[in-house]
Amino acid sequence: MRRSPLAVVAFALAAASLVLPTGADGPGFLFFSAPAIVFAAAAVALFVPPSRASLIALLILVHVAAFCLIGLLGAFATSGPAIGYWCSVIGAWLLAWLAVQRLAALRFKSPNMQRLSNLALPVLFGAWLLILWEIIVRGFGVPTILLPPPSMIAARIAASIPTLWADFQQTFLKAAIAGYAIGCGSGFIAAIVVDRVPFLRKGLLPIGNLVAALPVVGIAPIMVMWFGSYWESKAAVVVIMTFFPMLVNTVAGLAASGAMERDLMRTYGSTYIQTLLKLRLPAAMPFIFNALKINSTLALIGAIVAEFFGSPIVGMGFRISMEVGRMNVDMVWAEIFVAALAGSLSYGLITLIERAVTFWHPSYRT
Amino acid sequence: MNFIRNSVVPVGTVLLVILVLWYAFAVILNAPFERDQAARAGTTISTSQLITNTMKQERPVLPAPHQVAEEIRKTVFDISPTSKRSLVYHGWVTLSSTLLGFALGTLLGILLAIAIVHSRTLDKSLMPWIITSQTVPILAIAPMIIVVLNAVNITGLLPKAMISTYLSFFPVAVGMVKGLRSPEIMHLDLMRTYNASKAQVFWKLRWPASMPYLFTSMKIAVAISLVGAIVGELPTGAVAGIGARLLAGSYYGQTVQIWAALIAAALMAAVLVSLIGLIANLVNRRMGVRT
Repeated sequence: MRRSPLAVVAFALAAASLVLPTGADGPGFLFFSAPAIVFAAAAVALFVPPSRASLIALLILVHVAAFCLIGLLGAFATSGPAIGYWCSVIGAWLLAWLAVQRLAALRFKSPNMQRLSNLALPVLFGAWLLILWEIIVRGFGVPTILLPPPSMIAARIAASIPTLWADFQQTFLKAAIAGYAIGCGSGFIAAIVVDRVPFLRKGLLPIGNLVAALPVVGIAPIMVMWFGSYWESKAAVVVIMTFFPMLVNTVAGLAASGAMERDLMRTYGSTYIQTLLKLRLPAAMPFIFNALKINSTLALIGAIVAEFFGSPIVGMGFRISMEVGRMNVDMVWAEIFVAALAGSLSYGLITLIERAVTFWHPSYRT
Repeated sequence: MNFIRNSVVPVGTVLLVILVLWYAFAVILNAPFERDQAARAGTTISTSQLITNTMKQERPVLPAPHQVAEEIRKTVFDISPTSKRSLVYHGWVTLSSTLLGFALGTLLGILLAIAIVHSRTLDKSLMPWIITSQTVPILAIAPMIIVVLNAVNITGLLPKAMISTYLSFFPVAVGMVKGLRSPEIMHLDLMRTYNASKAQVFWKLRWPASMPYLFTSMKIAVAISLVGAIVGELPTGAVAGIGARLLAGSYYGQTVQIWAALIAAALMAAVLVSLIGLIANLVNRRMGVRT
């Protein structure tokens, strides 16, 4: 069988880590187990022919090794881990990469298994990102102010859920969602009007295209001056940020239905409203959902940035700027985590709705 | 003639309407202050007097367009570009970090796209994270990144450029993945029958085919780089740049200054985007695209 060069390198590294000093304080249980498990995993990768069983064994071994390696981090003297430790870390990482490679190459017959493997790949990638982040930050003693390890951020999140929830409520549930709804709604209505009046389409669309590319966040200080520092001013920023992408995309979408279909509607003698509701709006849905997706991230950004220019003593933007001032970087990262989670979830939700609404679109028919 | 009828007249009309609305709102929004002043002085103010007064307030709620134009003229032409009160100076600070971040972001995006197109593992494991990376409101945490990098003595252009890079790599990566995959199966098969190597397929087929995608995403990327650079300037203690002008203006209530900075940023974005459009046209023409 063809041996993967990755496995050979990992095997060499694992063997080296068994003999080289790891820099741990004294011989404990974890002290020897981590390099040994990495070695075992490398042996599986190198000598057992690739099959599903060996892949599962490899995955399990590599993650147990990662667990032990992280556990070892607490056992080091002030000088930090030595060369042997890093050999086993790199070895484990290479093996994990190899496992992901083998998993990606597998083809499953059942669609459920295929879906599971498609989900597992990015999850494994993300997990290793976190593992390496934790090991490198703590192993090299990177100052926590520069980059706190994930474990510290997780502890901070667990400890300050009420604060995070209050901030989330203020910024996301009040400002971002209100602004998003008003901005997208008015952009949509404006697009239908613009589409009805050709003169407006010629005049407003170039300007709309330009404004959609402008740094609209810049109006945040003006909105805070006009609407005060409560959530209304943040919602106003979000409205202006989301209006133009919606306008431009919907107008483009309304032009997307084919001439043939429109002719068909004419031969049916359908009115403007009927053509709009039964042909042009459904045809515009992919474009509208595209705008909804773009806007879902813009809304969160707008709401948080606007809080930098003045806010009550609650809100994600307020918390970020305050905790940065106090150098509590772990709290800032906790807020980032919440924001990323909220952003991803709303993006995912819109994607789900999109799939249900535009089930006819070629990109979903496989 | 067609050009005038189809774009100059409609766009001009809409711009004119916006200008008229702007003046109207300036009068409406600035009037309460004038009435207040008059009431305090114990006099009444005539309507014509009220309107002229609202046009030349020191710190208006909404400055009239000519006030903004005057402020831009003053800070661009009357003050030497090296002075810290010159808009040219601040614009240059923002522009340089925008361009650096944009260049790095485009490069990173192209490299990522090439790696993703050529590796199934990366396509399946990295691509979902690239999309997730953009749901992190990086713009919102940009100030923190700047402050933290400052704390470890990384200052100047680089931190701001990094934010622009993070923002601009995404459209380029996604667009280029699409573009590098855009050659039809037939063409790829033809390359196979020629026994072309991977590098040859890339340089002679995939890369040329991806050009339209590259320029479309570069337009988005440069606009978003500018936004990143401006937001990145907010927390640096308002030293220099368009963002610093915005922040200083909002601290001291200098609305005219805020609007001038905003208009300057808008002009800059428009110029950058149309510049890329121009380059795209040139490249397309050289590659034989007829419009």
